[in-house]
Amino acid sequence: MKNNIIEINGLCKSFNGEPVLTNIDLKVKRGEFLTLLGPSGCGKTTLLRLISGFETLDSGQIIIAGENMAGVPANQRQVNTVFQSYALFPHMNVYDNVAFGLKCQKIERVQIEKRVMAVLEKVHLEKFAKRKPQQLSGGQQQRVAIARALVNEPYVLLLDEPMSALDYRLRKKMQIELKALQRDLGTTFVLVTHDQEEALSMADRVAVMEHGVITQLGTPRQVYEKPENISVASFIGEANFLDTQIISANDKRLEVAIEGKVIELKNPRKFTKEQDIVTLVRPEDLKVWSINEVEQGDKMYRAKVEEVIYKGSTVDLIVVLDSGTKLLAAAFFDENDDELLYKIGEAVWVEWYPGWEVVLDKNAQG
Amino acid sequence: MLKDNIFKFSAIGIVAGWLFLFALLPLLGIIVFSFLQHDANHFYIWQFTWQNYQQLLSLPYLKIFWHSIKLAFSVTLVCLILGYPFAYCLTKLTPKYKSLMALLVVIPFWTSSLLRSFAIITLIQANGIINTILLNLHIIHQPLQLMYTNLAVLIGLVYNLLPFVILPLFANMEKLDLRLLEAARDLGANQLTVFMRVLLPLTRSGIFSAVLLTFLPAMTLFYIPDLLGGAKSLLLGNVIQMTFLSARNWPMGAALGISLTLIMSLLLIYYLRSTPKQQREAL
Repeated sequence: MKNNIIEINGLCKSFNGEPVLTNIDLKVKRGEFLTLLGPSGCGKTTLLRLISGFETLDSGQIIIAGENMAGVPANQRQVNTVFQSYALFPHMNVYDNVAFGLKCQKIERVQIEKRVMAVLEKVHLEKFAKRKPQQLSGGQQQRVAIARALVNEPYVLLLDEPMSALDYRLRKKMQIELKALQRDLGTTFVLVTHDQEEALSMADRVAVMEHGVITQLGTPRQVYEKPENISVASFIGEANFLDTQIISANDKRLEVAIEGKVIELKNPRKFTKEQDIVTLVRPEDLKVWSINEVEQGDKMYRAKVEEVIYKGSTVDLIVVLDSGTKLLAAAFFDENDDELLYKIGEAVWVEWYPGWEVVLDKNAQG
Repeated sequence: MLKDNIFKFSAIGIVAGWLFLFALLPLLGIIVFSFLQHDANHFYIWQFTWQNYQQLLSLPYLKIFWHSIKLAFSVTLVCLILGYPFAYCLTKLTPKYKSLMALLVVIPFWTSSLLRSFAIITLIQANGIINTILLNLHIIHQPLQLMYTNLAVLIGLVYNLLPFVILPLFANMEKLDLRLLEAARDLGANQLTVFMRVLLPLTRSGIFSAVLLTFLPAMTLFYIPDLLGGAKSLLLGNVIQMTFLSARNWPMGAALGISLTLIMSLLLIYYLRSTPKQQREAL
């Protein structure tokens, strides 16, 4: 109870009869960095706006710091938002933008000045206090927006796709800065993004959303390595899905047929013979061998290289199995394998590190 | 290249020539006239005098100035009070209703404003529609005296000038990022603070255009006080019209006209002074 700064129970929201969020349960822990990740239209921004108080919910409840937020307007909630386009006040300078929230609370002028300058220092903008937002770069504007929200010492800082207006390099830099700032302040951050890399690299926990429901909630590692359904697996990272038929199953092992080969897989999710399953293998877990590197290929699949995509630190290969199934394999350069230079059309052997596959229920929710 | 230049020069030149001929020259003429003398047999006499301006400072004229400014101020204020929230709500409508409502605001322009002012008479006269309804509902027992009052003039002017408040404000607010208002709410501002510290400063230029477009016409739309106010309500516009056309005293009329222009210029200078350059550009 006490460890949750936000508790959302059975929340539903629809616009004009169209359900946007269905039965959302979510607990945000005090001091954590939680990311709401999902494609556009999945309801993640609506969820954020419900927390900040800009939308009213149809049913369910939102509890912030133990207090039910029903009927509490946005200006009386102890949460602050960093908006997508920052929404800095163009008629005020940086100082006045940051001081706005404190002035609304009728705090003493001396106190305001102290707090504003302290937070500006934190985001390295103390020299820009007298500038107008229009005179700042995109990254600086974003830091003003963060400072303007943080100066109010909110229970939770809500960030609505804060990086989307920045170029790639600056985005990377701001991600690191933001994460460091969050660790430093210990404030709870809830960040909305459709960028999985952003979500995985910054968050303590990720809530993956699709069609108005949370399809998985877990650490970045859990959602990437142990996705609970096809939707999560295919949204986060690249994935190869292999049609799989169960031949026999017990509590520990599955005997399955994949692409015409009978193999054994672990069965941590206790699938039974009747279930439809699919096997997920990440590209980096696929191993590709040249024909002449392999003496005994009976546990591997024959394939042909269709495309070689050089990416600098990795080489991606698209290979086609004899059955016509296409797989994506990512290979890293390292000293004991300089044989990454495959030719298009070359015959190869493909396998994956046994046990690194994830077996998923084909019909699972999400 | 040459063709481009010819086009550019003629496009600018024609308008500049037009303005020179029909705006700048007459204005200069009026300035000159305002320093000339007048007698009963001539519109003007080529002899310099300060007399016209001295007369402006006499009590009857000062009274008319005071009355006109007061009325124009009330009209502008009422227009802003009615038009500002309307323009704000207009920006929040869906595009379909937005254009419909904007159209409704503009439709009255399709009929002459003189005709519409006559129409107001049928509404407010002693046996007009408003009085008839109120009498039949037994809300009043005697017809309200609306015609030939300052209230009637105010109603007529507000009715005629309201679109000139709504349209510039609407254009201004359309460009406004509504997330700024949300940001203010998010930072803990109540409705009043959002209005005073964010919405109002950001719509300043719209308000000012609206004031410019209503304040001067409110003093010079002479036929509205003529029709609705009778002889009681003399505005600057009426006096200018009468001085030129009835009294045939061109120099005095010119001096009155120049004084109006001066009032407007002062307003403009005040605006430019009070708004930092940066902000004018930003808006």
